[in-house]
Amino acid sequence: MSDAPAIELKGISKAFGPVQANKDISIRVMPGTIHGIIGENGAGKSTLMSILYGFYKADSGQVFINGKETTIPDSQAAIAAGIGMVFQHFKLVENFTVLENVVLGAEEGGRLMPSLSKARKLLTELADEYELNVDPDKKIEDIGVGMQQRVEILKALYRKAEILILDEPTGVLTPSEADHLFRILKGLKDEGKTIILITHKLREIMDVTDTVSVMRRGEMTATVKTKETSPEHLAELMVGRKVLLRVDKKPATPYAKVLEVKNLRVKDDAGVERLKGVSLDVHGGEIVGIAGVAGNGQSELLEVLGGYRKAKGNVMINGEPIDLTGRKSDGQSRRAKGIAHVPEDRHREGLILDFQAWENIAFGYHNDPAYQKNRWLMDNRAIRQDTADKMKRFDVRPPNPHLTAKNFSGGNQQKIVLAREIERNPELLLVGQPTRGVDIGAIEFIHQQLVALRDRGKAILLVSVELDEIMSLADRIIVMFDGQIMGERIAGQTDERELGLLMAGVTDTGRSPLAQGSTGAMRVGNPGRGA
Amino acid sequence: MDFLTFLQISDTAVRFAIPLLFACLAGLFSERAGIFDIGLEGKMLAAAFFSAAIAALTGNVWIGLLAGIGASMALSIIHGLASITFRGNQLISGVAINFLAAGLTVLIAQDWFRQGGRTPSLSDFGPNARFNSITLPYADQMQDAGPLGLVYAELISGHSILVYVGFLMVPLTWYILFRTRFGLRLRAVGENPAAVDTAGVSVVGLRYAAVAICGILCGMAGAYLATGLQAGFVKDMSSGRGFIALAALIFAKWRPWYALWACLLFGFLQAMALRPDAVERLVQIDIPGQLLDALPYILTVVILAGFVGKAIPPRAGGEPYVKER
Repeated sequence: MSDAPAIELKGISKAFGPVQANKDISIRVMPGTIHGIIGENGAGKSTLMSILYGFYKADSGQVFINGKETTIPDSQAAIAAGIGMVFQHFKLVENFTVLENVVLGAEEGGRLMPSLSKARKLLTELADEYELNVDPDKKIEDIGVGMQQRVEILKALYRKAEILILDEPTGVLTPSEADHLFRILKGLKDEGKTIILITHKLREIMDVTDTVSVMRRGEMTATVKTKETSPEHLAELMVGRKVLLRVDKKPATPYAKVLEVKNLRVKDDAGVERLKGVSLDVHGGEIVGIAGVAGNGQSELLEVLGGYRKAKGNVMINGEPIDLTGRKSDGQSRRAKGIAHVPEDRHREGLILDFQAWENIAFGYHNDPAYQKNRWLMDNRAIRQDTADKMKRFDVRPPNPHLTAKNFSGGNQQKIVLAREIERNPELLLVGQPTRGVDIGAIEFIHQQLVALRDRGKAILLVSVELDEIMSLADRIIVMFDGQIMGERIAGQTDERELGLLMAGVTDTGRSPLAQGSTGAMRVGNPGRGA
Repeated sequence: MDFLTFLQISDTAVRFAIPLLFACLAGLFSERAGIFDIGLEGKMLAAAFFSAAIAALTGNVWIGLLAGIGASMALSIIHGLASITFRGNQLISGVAINFLAAGLTVLIAQDWFRQGGRTPSLSDFGPNARFNSITLPYADQMQDAGPLGLVYAELISGHSILVYVGFLMVPLTWYILFRTRFGLRLRAVGENPAAVDTAGVSVVGLRYAAVAICGILCGMAGAYLATGLQAGFVKDMSSGRGFIALAALIFAKWRPWYALWACLLFGFLQAMALRPDAVERLVQIDIPGQLLDALPYILTVVILAGFVGKAIPPRAGGEPYVKER
């Protein structure tokens, strides 16, 4: 190993129109280390790495690789310089095999077969060396996300990458898959490879990195040795002020049962059963968190309760059954029953991005008498006034009802959705991924609002793939896997390891529910938690 | 229907299937690379006119073929510019190309030949002005050597060179798509261009290559229409074949061998319309000739409306590629 840094960036700047994504950034990454880059969404981490990978061109600045100045006009040049990148959204061809994806763009010669057989051999070797086992002949669409990520790493190694950049690699993984990934990364580091890990999760930074650089609003605010720092310190560097990492809340005081779900079954459009007999209940004054890796039925549960997916089973609100299949199974009827819904994807379901804030505030509640001028006309002025009030109470910035929804930052968009739903003072609030793509400052505010609603005696059902969020916000935690409930834990009396096992489908007896049939979910239900 | 009549109808079916097959394979290359092309029709028409016109002017059908391919390529490049470089709407670009070709061919034909928007018959320009049938060796002797001999003489022998080229294009297309580096990249760019881009391969370059191949094949389709199947260009002579080829492509689920069978099926339907007597004798019902004429188009509508199974097009099809993280 030479003394020269594997990567050195000097004075990198990049602007997208009026937005300065990177401002005069300099960083040195030493060879054979794991270097973390942490920052909030929109801090410019991904832009910086995309410049390094030749995906964007920097407006100014220099790149040195192993001490030599290098220009990286495109990804081809980055690959030639020994840089490999695993993007947050995988760049794989879904209906190609693993093998085809690995050789794509790195074939040898015009004929395909020799390249494929050579790659097959190399894949076996890499699999043994770094625990990177994948079946080379499986199609990408048939393997899980953890596996797909390994294919991305294999792609980089097949191209003889010495420097590996991973962008938010654990967003889609279970805790145990993430642990596996970190073992792979440590193995690679021991082989002398250099790894750059981009993340917004403080825990990962503390666990695996040697050095960490912090970015805020396009600038590099600090680079420190991981051993010499603490999560609190890093969070402060990220946000620029002291932040509360733990949610400040009193123990819950549950009242009567608000939501009761019995044996809920849902099939998706392709006829696959997504919910396989789910039963749960939520009381007033408590937050019940649904943990699980994305795609295990949580979304469908929210969609059924929110009124835009039909289902079989029984759902009661305050003891009254609600219609799951008929004419009264729509969102309007749900709202009439006092159910409010903050959907998982605010861009698709929460907002119409091309509409203004005040129009978005009216959606779903557009029949509210306060919004009507007379029988035929809506009172737009009243809506705008109402919107301005709500924006003020929820600290939406800028508090301008006429601004188009897409022009707000992620955190402020989410606050608009929350303001619309929470201000209706619902009996039950359904919340999906409340802080996805939201900066730390706004996360703090959103969490406080949810706890405040709980303390007013309302019921909250929270779905999140961020285990940290579930653990700090929920009073009771239900873990879902493959459309079933794997188990229930009291927050504060469980830990990440235990929940992680449940999320991976390992129940108390250590057996997969797939092997023991559909009764698995019932066994770990919630006996004795009646009203 | 006796065996000879069947062979004669099959022979006609092959002739009718060839322009469809060229156009279908042209569409296959383009759509596999993620560029939808409803301008196949227009490209065929332009190629038909220019191949006939240049063949008439030079007396050499090979120069005519090159001119046809050139015309089709020019339209392909326009489609490429609109949909790849300027990220426009591929359907609208295709529609524009169809209109452009329909109008321009007649206009130029009238200007050059003054025969009401058609070219003169190529038969008047010497023996080399159109593609003539090739009689394969021993075809005449095989005529009486049992049914297989008859098949050889009637069905396999006696087509123009482009027919044989057309059939050879099927295995060639299969090989290029599934056994070469270029084919792997081409298919990948139609499924997920971001994967190709991050692998360090040019998305734009690949898509232009695909569009260019599409242009060449459409050129051959059009040239065959005007200089092989017919002897000269007449107004709107492609008569919807570009759209039938698209239907065949969907029917074939974007695969070369299936494309061959789909095109032969359409060719057969078109050939039957020429022999209503044979069809009537076969089914014993009086069928109006117009119904037989309409059959290929009815099938096209049925296929395009999605009644024939579920066809999954290339996933990135129709979408211009914009870089994003």
